[in-house]
Amino acid sequence: MEPLLVHPDPPPPELAQALDLGGHRWKAVLDEAAANRLEPDDGWGGAVVVVDGDAEGAFALCRALRKRDVPVEPLLLLVSGARLADLELRDELFDDFCLHPFHPRELEARLRHLFWRTGSGPSPELVEYGGLVLNLETYQAAIGGRPLDLTYMEYELLKFLAQHPGRVFTRETLLSRVWGYEYYGGARTVDVHIRRLRAKLGEEHANLISTVRSVGYRFGQSRWS
Amino acid sequence: MARVEPQMQYVLRTVEERGVRLIRLWFTDVLGQLKSFAISPAELENAFEEGMHFDGSSIDGFSRVQESDVLARPDPGTFELLPWSERDETSARMFCDVENLDGSPFEGDPRQVLKRNLDRARDRGFSFYVAPEMEFFYFANGDPSAPPQPLDSGGYFDLTTADVASDLRKRTIHTLEAMGIPVEYSFHEDSPSQHEIDLRYTDALSMADNVMTFRLVVREIAMEQGFYATFMPKPLSGVQGSGMHTHLSLFEGDQNAFFDPGDPYKLSKIGRGFIAGLLHHAPEITAVTNQLVNSYKRLVVGTEAPSYVSWARNNRSALVRVPVAKTGKESSVRIEYRAPDPACNPYLAYSVILAAGLRGLEEGYELPPEATSNVFALTDAERAAEGMVELPQSLADALDTMERSELVAEALGEHIFEWFLRNKRREWADYKAQVTPFELARYLPSW
Repeated sequence: MEPLLVHPDPPPPELAQALDLGGHRWKAVLDEAAANRLEPDDGWGGAVVVVDGDAEGAFALCRALRKRDVPVEPLLLLVSGARLADLELRDELFDDFCLHPFHPRELEARLRHLFWRTGSGPSPELVEYGGLVLNLETYQAAIGGRPLDLTYMEYELLKFLAQHPGRVFTRETLLSRVWGYEYYGGARTVDVHIRRLRAKLGEEHANLISTVRSVGYRFGQSRWS
Repeated sequence: MARVEPQMQYVLRTVEERGVRLIRLWFTDVLGQLKSFAISPAELENAFEEGMHFDGSSIDGFSRVQESDVLARPDPGTFELLPWSERDETSARMFCDVENLDGSPFEGDPRQVLKRNLDRARDRGFSFYVAPEMEFFYFANGDPSAPPQPLDSGGYFDLTTADVASDLRKRTIHTLEAMGIPVEYSFHEDSPSQHEIDLRYTDALSMADNVMTFRLVVREIAMEQGFYATFMPKPLSGVQGSGMHTHLSLFEGDQNAFFDPGDPYKLSKIGRGFIAGLLHHAPEITAVTNQLVNSYKRLVVGTEAPSYVSWARNNRSALVRVPVAKTGKESSVRIEYRAPDPACNPYLAYSVILAAGLRGLEEGYELPPEATSNVFALTDAERAAEGMVELPQSLADALDTMERSELVAEALGEHIFEWFLRNKRREWADYKAQVTPFELARYLPSW
C-alpha cells in the first residue's frame, strides 16, 4: 500500500506515533506544492489532515486533493471540538472525521473502516495464480481451496515466485531475494525448499513450479510459450 | 508490542488464523528420545522472547550437579502444523534450542551440539547435506514379553499382509510430505515386515529434525491402525536388521565439493580426504552411530551391514560406499556411510560423522585403496594385509574406543561425552548381568 499523506508537517507527535504503531506508512506535507512534490509514483494511499492552527490552509489542501482527476481518498480530518462548526458545507472535502485530541484506537478504527469502504489500504492483499491463493496479510496460503501449511521460508519462497509468474530465477537470485541471510543449507537450500513446496502442493499441483535445467526455477507458465 | 522478528510474526499469525490450540515444543535428550511439552497460544510470544523455563534434571543427559534449570527457545523456522489432531484440537510443533539461563547454548542439548559442528564446517565454507535411508519393522504389537509378530510371511496376519503394510507406508509418506519431509523412494525390505523409506537430502540440521519427526510419524501412523513400528536395530534373529545408511555431501556454495570431473572416481581431494577421515575415525564414532547393545547384533559378518572398515564403489559389504553416479549426473557424487542404525541420536551421529570427515580433509589423510572383493569373503589374514580394521564388536568395545577419542570428545563436548559414556556403560553392565535364552538353551541341558 502507498504511504498516507499527513498534514501538517511536522504532524503532532501523538499522530505520528499512532500511525507508526498501526503499521501505516506516511509522509508529512505542508501544502499543495509539497503534496505534489512528495507524491509516490502510484499516488497517495489516503490522507490524514489535522484542522487546527491554520484551518484555512488545511481546508485548502483538502480541496486541492479532492479536485484532482483522481481524488485522494480516503481523507480523514482530525478536528478539535471548537472547530466542529467549520465542517459545515465542507462535506465534499473529507470522508470521515475524528475529534482532536484523538484516542489512538478510535483513529485506527476509523482508518480501517475507511480503507475497507474505499477498498484500499491494508485490506487483504491477495496473490492468485491458477488454484493458488496467497493472502499476504494473514500469511495464509491455499491451493484449490485446501489450506497449505507452510513454514515461513516455504511461504516466503512461494510468495516471491507467485508474485513473478513466468519468470525464471536462478538459485542465487532466490537465495538473496528470499533468504537474504546466512543459512546452514547454503545455495542448495533453494532446491531443498522447492522440493518441500512441491511435496506440500501435492502431486496435482507440484508442476506449478518447474525446474529450468541449468538455470533455476519458474513459477507458472513461461511468458514465451 | 515489542518488535517481533518476521518469522515469529508469521508463526503468531498462523496460530491465530488456523485456530491452533496447542503448540508442542520439541527437543531431544542425549539418547535421542523426543521430548515435548505443550504451551497455549497465549504463551507463545513469551516463549519466543524469553524462552520457556524448565527443570532439566528429569531429562536424560541434561542434569548437572549444581543447577538444572534451562530454557527451551522455539525455533520459528521449524513451525509445522501436526497433521494428526489431538482430542480434535489443531496443534502444531516447533523444535527448540535449549539454553542456559544466561542465553548461552546448553552443553547437554544435542541440537546445539550439531549446530556448533555445522558452524565449524561453515567457517571453512562448507554446508553439510545428508540423506538417510530409514529402515524399520512393523509388528502386530509392541509387547516385549513375547517374540515380535511380523505383519507378513509370519502366519497370523498372512491374509491381509501386503495390503496392510503398504497402506501404512503410503499413509506415512503422505503425512511426511505434508509436513515438508520429501520422500525419495520407499519399498518393502528383505526381511519379513521390514520397510525402507529414503528421505531426500537436506542440510544436516533440518534432517536431524526430520529424523526425529519421521520416527514419530511412522510409529504414530502404525499405532492409529493398531500396529507397532520399531526402529530397534535387530528385532529378529536370523534376518537383516534395520540400518540408517546415510548419504553425505559437502557443498561449497552451489558446488558439490566432493566432485572432480578429472578423477576416475569423480572424487575431489576434499571427497577423498573426507572418506579417509571417516574410515580412520569410524571405530571411535561407532558408539554414537550405533548406541544400543542390540546395535551390534546387526553389525555381523554375512549381512548387508558393515563390520570392517573399508570403502568401495559397488561393494555392499563396505563401510563407506561411493555410489557410481549416473551418466550426466556425475556432479551429484556423494558418499554413503553404512554403519548408522535408526536408533541413533541423529544430531549426535551427524556431528561425529562430520567431525571425522572434516578431520580427514584438514589433516590430509591418505585414502586407502578401494576394497574390490567381498570383504566378508576374505580371511582375517587377507583383511589384515589390506589394512582393514574391524568395527567394534559390542557396545562395550565401542565405548572403550570412543573413550580414547579426542575427536569425539571435541565434537560432542565434555558434558555429553562423559554423560554418554557413563550412561552406556551402565546399559552394558545391565545387559551383561542377564542370563539369556541362548545360554539356557545351550548350557542348561549339558551342564
